[in-house]
Amino acid sequence: MRARRLRDRCFWGLGALALMLIVAPALSVLISVFHQAAPSLGWSLLTKATNGAGGGLRNAMLGTLLLLLGVLVVAGTIGVAAGIYLAEMAGPRVGGVLRFFSEVLAGMPSIVIGYVGYVSLVVEFHWGYSLLAGVLALSVLVLPYVVRTTEVALRQVPTALSEASAALGVSRGRTVARILLPTAIPGIASGLIVALAISTGETAPLLFTAGFLDGHNPSLSLFHHQVPYLTYVTFTDTSLPGRSAHQLAAAAGAMTLAILVVLIVLGRIVAGRARRQTDRMSL
Amino acid sequence: MIRTSGGDRSAKLVLSAAAMIPAAALGFVVFEMVKEAYPAIVFNGARFFTTKTFTIGNLYGTGVEVRHGYKAAQGATFGILPLVFGTLVSSLIALVLAVPVSVLGAILLVERIPRRLQAPLGVFLELLAGVPSVVFGLWGVYTFGPFVARDLYRYISDLHIPWLTGAVGSGQGLLTSSLVLAIMVVPIVAATTRELIHSVPVLTKEGATALGLTPLESVRVVTIPFIRTGIIAAALLGWGRALGETIAVLLISGNFLNAYPKSIFSSFSTMASTIAALLDGALTDATGMAVHALAELGLVLLVITLLTNLAGRLVARRLRGPGLPVGRGV
Repeated sequence: MRARRLRDRCFWGLGALALMLIVAPALSVLISVFHQAAPSLGWSLLTKATNGAGGGLRNAMLGTLLLLLGVLVVAGTIGVAAGIYLAEMAGPRVGGVLRFFSEVLAGMPSIVIGYVGYVSLVVEFHWGYSLLAGVLALSVLVLPYVVRTTEVALRQVPTALSEASAALGVSRGRTVARILLPTAIPGIASGLIVALAISTGETAPLLFTAGFLDGHNPSLSLFHHQVPYLTYVTFTDTSLPGRSAHQLAAAAGAMTLAILVVLIVLGRIVAGRARRQTDRMSL
Repeated sequence: MIRTSGGDRSAKLVLSAAAMIPAAALGFVVFEMVKEAYPAIVFNGARFFTTKTFTIGNLYGTGVEVRHGYKAAQGATFGILPLVFGTLVSSLIALVLAVPVSVLGAILLVERIPRRLQAPLGVFLELLAGVPSVVFGLWGVYTFGPFVARDLYRYISDLHIPWLTGAVGSGQGLLTSSLVLAIMVVPIVAATTRELIHSVPVLTKEGATALGLTPLESVRVVTIPFIRTGIIAAALLGWGRALGETIAVLLISGNFLNAYPKSIFSSFSTMASTIAALLDGALTDATGMAVHALAELGLVLLVITLLTNLAGRLVARRLRGPGLPVGRGV
């Protein structure tokens, strides 16, 4: 018995060590990035544009927000529509095949998507480094998540609701639009938030599609205008020599993390609401 | 009988078109990769997989190299052995380190930590999943790399085990990259394991306790067998992420081409990071072969990643109910 107790203690000791190995890097990343960025944190980051290895991050910040907006529009509409189709209309055969391809797409290395974005959108289609090329590359990357979360959210709506609706003589389309979709909105929204979080942090798909322009605000034009974004600043300035470059890299990293924290908090709130929604619905 | 109307039918058409888009995008990406890689596949032949030097050649010279009817810059040669080695070794080290840590941590979190503390600790998992790879790169270069080089590698190196000894430098290289990759894989495996443990039937667990098993024994005979398949699936997905990771590795690897790393601390390179590192320069190759060769490299990476992912999905499919692996990040 004693030996068993001892073994038990050892195991949980190892577990505590493992948990520490998970928590410590997360804390270390947060602390060290904000610490390194500290000297340059301030309003001037948001008001000044990037200028070589110095200046602020106004243009990159605006560019990132613009890209996120684009992803929300493109991946949001397509993904939600595809999710509705898979959950409510597709037969098991077709649905299975489409779901499979979507899952395979989710495993695509992001640099491959960036490469294809470059050779096709930027070069073949003559769009140049542009907002649309960047948005499409990111959208392809996050589309599978939006599709899947939308489908799951819709499937969690109790069948009693749609049966009741059908019993009242409401058409299938109206049932989906008026009954199922509103009920599933919190779940769908949390999927969209995940998509935005992934997009905020990606660099590889954007490197050769969005480009970067020093000192200028991103233009709203879809083609031929480069779009600055935060992760690019972190990426390039990390390898540049000089303290100010490293500070700017960290500041851009800190800004990215700040956006992510906002998205994670938002996601938690929405996910909590989604859970309550399902609890309320399931009798 | 459910009523349908004309409006329904056109809505269904639009929605089904949207549902085709992920499949179409996948087809487009694969088609473009194969099309772009084709000239390089012919030009390189088997040499691509049997030689070690990957160089886009002398772009300023006038000479060209012609093989099988395709031209490349003079001196261009494309062999990817060290890149395949770097990719596989770094991701496998990451996996070997990440899986036990994530599983142990998740078991402790669910079974031992009071419920009040579970949510705040869970936030760290979400945070870790959300940290962008470029931020991991920044952290690896300026904080983590120097730290492990100074406080860990020196002692490992002093043991003089072959391949585990050598100059540790400022911590950029294979082992640091593997460690950072491990940290990136942890949230995928840990979050999935956490969900899986929640799905273990309570009655069986209570039965184990009633039989007088210690918590460890209960974990071993009840929890682990129940969640094993799910962990394997999550590990395969995490492996896929480590294989395809680009930016963090590019910053931390030291970006060393054309030879195998001399020790576990040496600089190296992976397939994904090499594509990102060389594409800029490759664009200036007038023959275009450098860009094609990178496409061939991407195609190999694509095939390896898709295989691990498919394996993961196949294993996951054997699971019923909740607890399917959590995908890329967050």
